[in-house]
Amino acid sequence: MALGGGGGAKPVGDGLHPSNRWVPWLLLGPGLAWLFVFFVIPLFELGRGSLVRGGLSNYSNVFSDNGEVILRTFVYAFVATVLAVVLGYPLAYFIAMKAGRFKTLLLAAVVLPFFVTYLIRTLAWKILLFGDGPVVGFLHWTGLLSKNGEVLNTHAAVIGALLYNFLPFMVLPIYVSLDKIDRRLLEAAPDLYADGRRTFFKVTLPLSLPGVFAGSLLTFIPSCGDFVNAELLGGDRQRMIGNIIEKNFLRENFRPQMSALSFVLMLLILGGVLLYARVLGTEELA
Amino acid sequence: MSSGAVRKRWPSRVLGVWAGAVVAFLFAPIFVVVLFSFNEPGRKLANGSWVTGRYNYKWGRFSLDAWKNWNAYPDLTSAFYRSVRIALVVVLISTILGTLMSLALVKYRFKGKGIVNMLLVLPLTMPEIVLGFSLLTLFVTANVSRGVITIVIAHVMFCVSYITTTVKARIRGFDWRLEEAAADLGANAWRTFNRVTLPIIAPGIAAAALLTFALSLDDFIITYLNSGRVETFPIKIWITKRSSIPPQINVFGTVVLVLSLALSIGGLLGQRRRGRVTTR
Repeated sequence: MALGGGGGAKPVGDGLHPSNRWVPWLLLGPGLAWLFVFFVIPLFELGRGSLVRGGLSNYSNVFSDNGEVILRTFVYAFVATVLAVVLGYPLAYFIAMKAGRFKTLLLAAVVLPFFVTYLIRTLAWKILLFGDGPVVGFLHWTGLLSKNGEVLNTHAAVIGALLYNFLPFMVLPIYVSLDKIDRRLLEAAPDLYADGRRTFFKVTLPLSLPGVFAGSLLTFIPSCGDFVNAELLGGDRQRMIGNIIEKNFLRENFRPQMSALSFVLMLLILGGVLLYARVLGTEELA
Repeated sequence: MSSGAVRKRWPSRVLGVWAGAVVAFLFAPIFVVVLFSFNEPGRKLANGSWVTGRYNYKWGRFSLDAWKNWNAYPDLTSAFYRSVRIALVVVLISTILGTLMSLALVKYRFKGKGIVNMLLVLPLTMPEIVLGFSLLTLFVTANVSRGVITIVIAHVMFCVSYITTTVKARIRGFDWRLEEAAADLGANAWRTFNRVTLPIIAPGIAAAALLTFALSLDDFIITYLNSGRVETFPIKIWITKRSSIPPQINVFGTVVLVLSLALSIGGLLGQRRRGRVTTR
């Protein structure tokens, strides 16, 4: 905000010589080259690698061998994302609308988990959910968990940890979109005889949907590709796509199948992202 | 704030409690990380002697041992320093590449901008496992052996996007005619950049660089697939977890937490002071 100065929203390229056509490409060159060689080409290599030795049958094998894992991965990611909206939206709403001078402090609290190394904070969940740790103890006490019941190595443990690790990615974009809402709209609604609930559902919620979409992608995508949570907190029956790739990435023989599996994961996600980009424009996503 | 407070009180109280509960959920593991750096895992035998355990999963007894002997696992320490060195190199390269790209995207109008923006966003919309595995496929096909260099390559690849988008967002409102004014007043290109452009874009670059440092230090999935035999800090934890989880891991985690907190508070205060100067 300190940069705002006298600038305001000037049209792009204001005050510049339009004749310098090559200048932007000179500036973009090194970065674009890096992205092209180490991002675009690898994706083509991945596609090509998925078709060597066996061709398209690699893909049918992927589905027949790992159908259950693929389904489980997307169900986990989906449930974690929905729960993140349920937990995150009210928090984002509270920060944007009600927190007053505690706004900055609460925002800092939301990003605080990122200050602890990913693996270490996931290991902390293992401590919390361990055999006779606090969570299991509490669940036994309330009777929600049978006497010998465990929390580790369950679907709930893995989904809960995915939810935890990516929840800030949900809260922040929703907060941003709520914070951007013109407060005069919210004041106009009661003037037009809308009650609190109607104001929320007719004005606030629709205006914050871009944030919900962005947050959903930022939660869903990393959840789909994760193997850390399933490995640390789940067992054999909680394996995700990432775990299969992690177990086999060094094995020469499995590489075509693993490439096919990665490619399937990417295409399924890419489909969703493109749909989203069409609706909202790529600038919004960044 | 508005009227109808009686009707509003109940839902807003629920909202407050809900928000508090979610914040508590976000804090719980952080609290555990710090607390368990003071743990000595193990159990007491019937004769009163203490057997130290290898897994820091259960509370044994309070101890400052892990803090005093923070260097008890030299491999862990050296992996940590290696991660820091890698992160510094990654920040240097990706900040330069990313800043140049953001300047091009904000200052110039040119054909193909949409595609460039798309290319920048795509790496952020792909799960790490796909990025990591496809990069590995390239290195295997090209017969490049994995090590520190491939780790740096991988990190810069995803950090460039973060830097560019962050810096772009920060410098969007800048009035570029100031550069022209500097030139009119006789400043050459270098002087203009040094005295006008850089001071304006520096805070945005600094914030992006910090973010990148944290991302690089913390990255596990992409790094793990492209590291060969090199052990970064997260990889070291991943490998040792089969045989032991010493509380020293939590000591490092706590130190990183405290340092990042100090840096962000410092940055925030600095920003606030600058803000006051500019509004004056």
